[in-house]
Amino acid sequence: MNIIYQIAPNLESLGAELIKCIGQTFRMLVISGSIAFVFGLFFGVLLIVTKSGGIMANPIVYKILDKIIDVIRSIPFIILMVLLIPVSRALVGTGSGVTGSYVALIAGTVPFFARQIESVLAEVDYGLVEASASMGFSPLEIIFSVYLKESIPGITRVTMITFVSLIGITAMAGAIGAGGLGDFAIRYGYQMGYRDMIWVTVIIILIIISVIQGIGNFIIKKTTH
Amino acid sequence: MIYLEKISKIFPTGSGEVRAVRGVSLDIKQGEIFGIIGFSGAGKSTLVRCINLLERPTEGTVTVDGTELTGLDEKQLREVRRKIGMIFQHFNLLRSRTVYDNIAFPLKKSKLSKEEKHQKISSLLELVGLSDKKDAYPSQLSGGQKQRVAIARALANDPKVLLCDEATSALDPQTTKSILHLLKQVNETLGITIVVITHEMAVVKDICDRVAIMELGRVVEEGTTEDVFVHPKEKVTRDFIGTASNVDKIYELIDQGNDLTKLEKGEKMVMLTYSANNAGTPVISYLAEAFNVTANIIYGNIDILKGKTIGKLVVTLSGEPENLEKALAYIKERKVELEVIKA
Repeated sequence: MNIIYQIAPNLESLGAELIKCIGQTFRMLVISGSIAFVFGLFFGVLLIVTKSGGIMANPIVYKILDKIIDVIRSIPFIILMVLLIPVSRALVGTGSGVTGSYVALIAGTVPFFARQIESVLAEVDYGLVEASASMGFSPLEIIFSVYLKESIPGITRVTMITFVSLIGITAMAGAIGAGGLGDFAIRYGYQMGYRDMIWVTVIIILIIISVIQGIGNFIIKKTTH
Repeated sequence: MIYLEKISKIFPTGSGEVRAVRGVSLDIKQGEIFGIIGFSGAGKSTLVRCINLLERPTEGTVTVDGTELTGLDEKQLREVRRKIGMIFQHFNLLRSRTVYDNIAFPLKKSKLSKEEKHQKISSLLELVGLSDKKDAYPSQLSGGQKQRVAIARALANDPKVLLCDEATSALDPQTTKSILHLLKQVNETLGITIVVITHEMAVVKDICDRVAIMELGRVVEEGTTEDVFVHPKEKVTRDFIGTASNVDKIYELIDQGNDLTKLEKGEKMVMLTYSANNAGTPVISYLAEAFNVTANIIYGNIDILKGKTIGKLVVTLSGEPENLEKALAYIKERKVELEVIKA
């Protein structure tokens, strides 16, 4: 422990604060990450099946969804966050703090993830879809048994990419009082000028990303044949 | 078994419409292997997709095993499709599943018990000769093995009909033979009606009982394989037969002015096609005996059509003009197909 305090002297007094911030980041990652995963997957699938030539082709649904995704993706996250404060108040009762950050984090992640899912599912050979249809499978069964099941390695890959980008935007959530590692780094590393705290934050984030990537690579290895 | 009535399929495109299939009617009988042959773009793949309604025909009706498919809603149609197996040029196996699980895939909706399913899959693996590969993934298999898995998968729900869309087009000739043999075996032992789409005459020659030739979305000729092979009516049919028997080479030789094809005055070059019924007759030697007409053989070829022989001979006949006429009349009389290709 002493050696760590020698390298990062401010850790002694800020240790408790750091742990609190790690907890905030984890809450943001886990809660908004899981919700965004479900919604992103849903909209990604919706994009693929409603596309012209898809198994539930519907040009109107596709066009609307396509445009909404483009619009949300073009708004910088820090602005999106402020923009969505009223929506967050309506949905979760508050526009600030960790709880107030969920709506914005989900809105900032879902369009990005849905696009990535769309491109992964587009790689599924249409022949497989046709073969399953010829066996009497319904569109819903084809989505689960063919599109999603066959794409597990690809879905894992883009989930990791999206996760890294989600960590990136949680660092901005400090702007609406959600705290987290980004906020910690700004407050102590930038405003107070504690360089060692910047390094500690970077190392913690690197560890989180490495662990996630390790798990992802393991899943990809196990599911690619 | 399969009755197609005036099937048309029109695809709307940006610049007008494409009429892929134009008013095709076919009656495919229970237990036969029916070939549909055509060059690419003839509409044969679209036509076969109209049989299980993967493509809904713009006009016309499809009846399979007494049920009019074109009159069913999606849910009923899915039920019926389980009794129509289909295999494809690119196999379309699920990469994330083993051979065993690929064959189990269509059984997902089956009411069989777990044990019955296992029995079913094991017997199918045995049928296609891949029992030792059941835990392999498709990426570990050769093309021929993949198609065998696809055949087993297509048979899992005990279909009455098996549709084969260019099933051997991605395979080498040796593997093609073994797959065709397997299809023949499936047809004979399980009594499944098979529809084969192909652009290879060799495939039709090997296994089809009857064949339809498609060109520009229409069926231009239809009949038993032997009839079509021996008495082709349309040019496209002759082109196909040419690709299978090599006999078209003679036209090339004539065009190139090869020495073999040079004729003396009064000589005629003819192509004789004889089938199993008259193959035994010693026509050529009789010509010399009876009419004093000599026959110089330039090219010869024997095809075996589902076990029956079809012979083709290109010969140059020389003799007195009136004798030649008599000789040609005699050949026709013996029911040997005769075509004068150069005189």
